[in-house]
Amino acid sequence: MAAHQKRPISLELSGITKVYPGAVALNSVSLSIRGGEVVGLIGENGAGKSTLMKVLTGAVAPDEGRIVIDGEDVRDLTPARVNRCGIALVHQELNPFANLDVTANVLLGREMRKGPFGFLDRKAMEEKVAPILELLDTRFGPSSSVADLSLADQQLLEIARALSIDLRLLILDEPTSSLTISETRRLLEVIGRLRDQGVAVLLITHRLAEIEAVADRVVALRDGCNAGELDRDQIGKDAMVRLMIGRDVSQFYERGDHAPGKVLLALKGVKTQAYPDQTVDLEVCGGEICCLAGLVGAGRTELARVIFGIDPIAGGAFEIDDKRLEGSSVPEAIRAGICLVPEDRKVEGLFLDFAITENIVIPSHSLLSKRGFVDAPAGSALAEKSRARLKIKASSLDRAVAELSGGNQQKVVLAKWLAMNPKVIILDEPTRGIDVGAKAEVYHLMQELAAKGVALLVISSDMEEVIGISDRVAVMSRGRVTGILHRGALTEENILQLAVE
Amino acid sequence: MHKKDIGLATLVVAVGAIVAMVNPRFLSPINLANTANLIGLFGLFSIAEAFVIVTAGIELSVGSVIALIGVIFVDLIASFGVPWPIALVIVLALSLVIGLTHGWLITRLKLQPFVVTLCGLLIYRGVARFYTKDGTAGFSFGSDFPMLEFLVSGRTAGIPHSVMAFAIVAVAAWFLLHRTVFGRHLYAVGKNVEAARYSGINTDRVIIQAYILCAFLTGISAVFFAMYTRSVQPSSHGNFYELYAIAAAVLGGFSLRGGEGSIIGVVLGVVLLQMLQNLVNLLGIPSSLNFAVMGSVILIGVIADTQFARYRDGRRQMIAMAAIGDQPRAAAKQS
Repeated sequence: MAAHQKRPISLELSGITKVYPGAVALNSVSLSIRGGEVVGLIGENGAGKSTLMKVLTGAVAPDEGRIVIDGEDVRDLTPARVNRCGIALVHQELNPFANLDVTANVLLGREMRKGPFGFLDRKAMEEKVAPILELLDTRFGPSSSVADLSLADQQLLEIARALSIDLRLLILDEPTSSLTISETRRLLEVIGRLRDQGVAVLLITHRLAEIEAVADRVVALRDGCNAGELDRDQIGKDAMVRLMIGRDVSQFYERGDHAPGKVLLALKGVKTQAYPDQTVDLEVCGGEICCLAGLVGAGRTELARVIFGIDPIAGGAFEIDDKRLEGSSVPEAIRAGICLVPEDRKVEGLFLDFAITENIVIPSHSLLSKRGFVDAPAGSALAEKSRARLKIKASSLDRAVAELSGGNQQKVVLAKWLAMNPKVIILDEPTRGIDVGAKAEVYHLMQELAAKGVALLVISSDMEEVIGISDRVAVMSRGRVTGILHRGALTEENILQLAVE
Repeated sequence: MHKKDIGLATLVVAVGAIVAMVNPRFLSPINLANTANLIGLFGLFSIAEAFVIVTAGIELSVGSVIALIGVIFVDLIASFGVPWPIALVIVLALSLVIGLTHGWLITRLKLQPFVVTLCGLLIYRGVARFYTKDGTAGFSFGSDFPMLEFLVSGRTAGIPHSVMAFAIVAVAAWFLLHRTVFGRHLYAVGKNVEAARYSGINTDRVIIQAYILCAFLTGISAVFFAMYTRSVQPSSHGNFYELYAIAAAVLGGFSLRGGEGSIIGVVLGVVLLQMLQNLVNLLGIPSSLNFAVMGSVILIGVIADTQFARYRDGRRQMIAMAAIGDQPRAAAKQS
């Protein structure tokens, strides 16, 4: 690639396809961007945004498709080559080198040297980094230690790193997730300024308000395919959500009207080992969908694991349909009528190499068996029934679960537990990483179960989802329940306020 | 029968045919009976090992347990004059204790099976050697146990009792592993112990039971071996037998990663290994090459296993790619 001045970039991805075993990450996706424009890339989790960025920055090779940079068809893209083209990606997951200082992190791999022996030219490096930090209005300086930086500062550090190259395309992946309002405003200003200087900016975020504020164009992905584009004057929150989920919000999240029955799950002073000083008191009635909202680290999954018996309880007790339990035994919890659909379905929820039938039948074996012997016909019948009920799309129930898509895999996990007729179901991030169609089916199933009188406790970090499906929301922060909101009072602000207490 | 088992069976028949052609003495009744006897003896503890390997564990102390139990058993009936049924009960009880100990260390103290059973390998053999003061435990001249000998080393209609015992154990093991809930739990624990816990399986109990079962069968095997060799030299008795068992299990489709394998496969694996040993003898190859032959067979078996896994993953990739060929623009049309 010839050395180029800072002329505006012209980048075009067309027909990009990437397939992993059991999942189509990208299906013939196209995206184009030019210098001097800000493009917002939106889509739900699992829509393919991260994979597309991995392809764009050379981390992953596409199975099909073309990448054209400045009119040249580029093959075998590598991260180094991408950097040379002036493209920088600010990751969602931050991994600064804690043993080096800010300047070293910013200029890692591009250190400036002086003298015949090639010693590091600290002074020149700091002089290069300082103005960038000033532009971003950071609280730290070029020689600050990275180990002491807060998450927000680390995010700004990553952005500084991107700004330290001859930038022609800046890709920001969820850049404001840890920033305060003023820091966010500052960043959006920087983005605007970069755009005016002829730099192209690709902004990937769930914060639709920010896209509204700064984007010239919006590109939407859904289930690995292009789902539409919006021009400057068309950009609006409702329009964006409609592209992301493919239907109207009100239809997507069903809400039933079922009168709550008796209390089926009652937590009394439950303490987890992660937060031994906090107690949790909560009640969930049959026929109710109660969401457990909160930020990552609030202790929701820990609570679920304690109730289900995976982790030892640190104090307190709970009752399932008036039966008192003190935890720590999964078989006991299952016998009492509670089950858990875990967060990480591939590791905790499924035996990937086993057949679909086997996965569905595993907890039910003892119920179906005759004097300890496996009842294979009963197992197959159960699996068939589950397939029909949950609309599991599979060529044959004897195939390994690993071959199914994420949505169908989640349905297998659900089928496994529904076969046990539980009274209480805890679902931990049940729609994470599954396609929109499967999500709708899962919501429908939840409503069905609630209508039958099952108590559902749903842990979710998706605000739209929480607001859309809950009868009640219990917000957790740092190990305790900070507040309970009822259906009518559910807004993102209310929930977030309780989540950061 | 799984596809792997059919392949292995074909291999066994093929090797058998080759050996028979090379040296027809292979098919002589004496040779067949001897080989069958060895198959029975080695097969007992190979099945034992298989039950542990399916849980993604490993039992390295099989040979040492055979030495220790053998020494104690012989000593009990030869030196202490204990009636052999009682001696049998005592050593089997001791085997159960060994299995329970291993299982407890692995599940409660969360030690790795490799480490625990490696220590077992060293400790039990050391104890056995100490017990006989590094001598040999044997039957004193003139002592005779006709009933016991008939049961363990005798033959009925030309078939050694060891083979019959092996057949009975193999059938029982087949039912246990492939047809019971306990068997399904063994596979689940071996394949993904996290998911097994989340599914309500008492993983600790399943693992402990696997080690107890293994030790029990090893104890039975030890008695058979003791009567077969009629004297037990602890420094060498049962040396490396655990590797033999692992080889048979691996050939039988038991991946060391756990969660896979079949009893039929183990049986075929034992038969194949014994046939190869017989081949070495009949062809006049120095018996020092025995281990080389065994090692090569294990290697080939493991390579075949990994290649099969890769093939399976490749097929999954192909299925996934074919799937998007069927729904190309249909999804995009929805928007």
